[in-house]
Amino acid sequence: MTSGGIGRSVSAWTAGALALFGGEAWANPVPNQMNMTQGVSEWSPYAMHMVALWVCVVIGVIVFGAMFIAMFRFRKSRGAVAEKWAHSTKLEIVWTVVPVIILIFLANLATGGLTTFADTTGADMTIKVTGYQWKWRYDYVDYKGKGVDKVGFVSKLEESSDRTRQLKSNLDPEKIQVEGYNTYLLDVDKPLVVPVGVKIRFIIVGGDVIHSWWVPALGWKMDAIPGIANAAWTKIKEPGVYRGQCAELCGQDHGFMPIVVKAVPKAEFEQWLATQEDEAKIQKAAQTAQNAPAPAPQG
Amino acid sequence: MAHAATHDHHDHHGAPKGFFQRWVMSTNHKDIGTLYLIFSLTMFFIGGAFAMVIRAELFKPGMQLVQPYFFNEMTTMHALVMIFGAIMPAFVGLANWMVPLMVGAPDMALPRMNNLSFWILPFAFFMLLSTLFMPGGGPAGGWTMYPPLSLQGESVAYVIFAIHLMGISSIMGAINIIATILNMRAPGMDLLKMPVFVWSWLITAFLLIAVMPVLAGAVTMLLTDKYFHTNFFNAAGGGDPVLFQHIFWFFGHPEVYIMILPAFGIISEIIPTFARKPIFGYRAMVFAIASIAFLSFIVWAHHMFAVGLPMGAEIFFMYATMLIAVPTGVKVFNWVSTMWGGSMTFETPMLFSIAFVILFTIGGFSGLMLALAPADFQYHDTYFVVAHFHYVLVTGAAFSIMAAAYYWIPKWSGHMYNETWGKIHFWSSVISVNVLFFPQHFLGLAGMPRRIPDYNVAFANFNMVSSIGGFWFGASQLIFLGVVIHCVFFSKKKAADRSWEGAKGLEWTVPSPAPFHTFDVPPVIHDDELAHGNTDH
Repeated sequence: MTSGGIGRSVSAWTAGALALFGGEAWANPVPNQMNMTQGVSEWSPYAMHMVALWVCVVIGVIVFGAMFIAMFRFRKSRGAVAEKWAHSTKLEIVWTVVPVIILIFLANLATGGLTTFADTTGADMTIKVTGYQWKWRYDYVDYKGKGVDKVGFVSKLEESSDRTRQLKSNLDPEKIQVEGYNTYLLDVDKPLVVPVGVKIRFIIVGGDVIHSWWVPALGWKMDAIPGIANAAWTKIKEPGVYRGQCAELCGQDHGFMPIVVKAVPKAEFEQWLATQEDEAKIQKAAQTAQNAPAPAPQG
Repeated sequence: MAHAATHDHHDHHGAPKGFFQRWVMSTNHKDIGTLYLIFSLTMFFIGGAFAMVIRAELFKPGMQLVQPYFFNEMTTMHALVMIFGAIMPAFVGLANWMVPLMVGAPDMALPRMNNLSFWILPFAFFMLLSTLFMPGGGPAGGWTMYPPLSLQGESVAYVIFAIHLMGISSIMGAINIIATILNMRAPGMDLLKMPVFVWSWLITAFLLIAVMPVLAGAVTMLLTDKYFHTNFFNAAGGGDPVLFQHIFWFFGHPEVYIMILPAFGIISEIIPTFARKPIFGYRAMVFAIASIAFLSFIVWAHHMFAVGLPMGAEIFFMYATMLIAVPTGVKVFNWVSTMWGGSMTFETPMLFSIAFVILFTIGGFSGLMLALAPADFQYHDTYFVVAHFHYVLVTGAAFSIMAAAYYWIPKWSGHMYNETWGKIHFWSSVISVNVLFFPQHFLGLAGMPRRIPDYNVAFANFNMVSSIGGFWFGASQLIFLGVVIHCVFFSKKKAADRSWEGAKGLEWTVPSPAPFHTFDVPPVIHDDELAHGNTDH
């Protein structure tokens, strides 16, 4: 809409309508998306959200419908004469009890969702996520019951977005694309690589202020708080690149610390992890070699 | 009504002549009410200007106008000014003007304290706003002031002092309202004959007294953490950042009902007037307000579903929050039933009230959705939340205040406002406010976090629509200003004592404009003259 033609707008709206009504599982935000993603994880609040939404829509239609009928039928200009009643115990009982029943139904549904979400046991992998102003650090703790040796890195906003987002940069956010998908402010220099089909436990902490780690396709966000280790889990069903952002105000660049999760098949992941471990070893060796003579010149 | 029967007092009838004497040293509930309302309208435009900066920066992707830090100052200040400067003082102003008139009291119970509680406010806000011009800037950690982020600011001391002053002002106002309602009702004005607006304020005042000290405690701990090396909220020193959130929201959730219960009261006055039918289920309305107030104390952690609460806590706060839908539903159903079988006309106050019922209910629906903890893991801290609380605070609280202004301005000024322009203001506002806030639901669901100055191209279209709605809504409020100024200073149309055909209640028995002193002698209460007095027969 900023510069494109009507054609692009129309196709964008169609995509949006598809996202809403077609039920396609968009993992990342698409233009004009109107509804929540179904997500790619085994756990998803999408169904819960849709049930609640439709309950609200139905109640809304009934209540607002009654209001509009009242406004039409009982107008003074149509000669309506005000009645005198102002009380009906029967009605009042009905509209106290019926909402309670609906709420019990919703509460039951939500409690189920909460119980599964809270269960972080039986994970095959642990990743520690640390939020910093304004980047994320990922440390691989263990995989399949084995400790991972020093694989960890910082992940921050990639450079072209960072240049474009500077005040009055005059660079076009539309131009930042990866494989035809606009990744402005949603791409990082180094994504978090995870395997599909493995229950992953995240340990989420804050390094300086409170942040919140949120990838919509995984179905939840969890605050990263200094001094507290929060846990959450995911089990991604299909390979893909899933994007998210920090969701808790954390200072001036709060809007510029995206999250990218790259989910790959198990074999590919194991290979990647092995390479990372080797690299860490080489780096460590290089460091010890460097560090050994280091005190001498300082002395 | 024999309100002016005592002529033997001297200099007790007219307002003082001098400007300073009349306004700065006022102890008159009507003048202080007017001061509150003018102050609130001023803050509404200042807070609105901040909102315009926010919507302008969010008009399209890329940073065009302000630095991210300044953007954060704007979101923080917009909230603080609107909550503590616009909405709350407007309700206190309405209470000052109307509560004594509605219960047949000559003035507020504590008139000098009334003066003090108002005159603290301009100084508090002068201080708060002045931080924007200081080196280091104003507060930028959000109105919720979560540590450790809020402690990184340079303006902590100023902001906290300003908040203390606002709190003192609110507590004094609340004490005054409770004392007035409990002690100064005219003989025969039983508690369960009081207008719903008076009831709503009685309950709100208790909420204020209960929670403003909690806020004061929370911000004082921030202050000592920042300047005196305490570690209440500092994890490195054995403190807990989440503790602040618990304390803050123990204040914060009752606070949001402080901003909506008086609105319920206003709507419960206006709808019966223009439906020409008594309020449906008066007692249920009063009990619903009381139960909402009670529940407001046990739901605070629903603002914190994503901080990693234990599952038991999440379940408790989820159930308690969902429970609020019951009394709130009762209120909405009762408003609709009041309209049903009435003889309705649609003057501006009624239009705003009807819009309130519909749009506040939409805000209630998204509130119910947000109460569901698993779904909240997605909604939390997104534009879905922003849409939710603007539906309840703008089309809820602010619309009710505008409805009240149109409803009672004939009594205040003695003139009728211009109905055509009132309706233009209404339609322009009600359309633009939906253009402004409805698309924000979509943005939040699609994945846009709140409090960000820039966003991915996928969010561009709805942000542009929302910004256009924002500018339009902002401009529409200039019409409101025009209508009010015209009504007070230029309108030729005299208002009758009973300015609306269906209006009942003591406030309509005094002349328009209400004389400087009313009910020097307590009025005689006739039950059929009251808006709600007959419901238990």
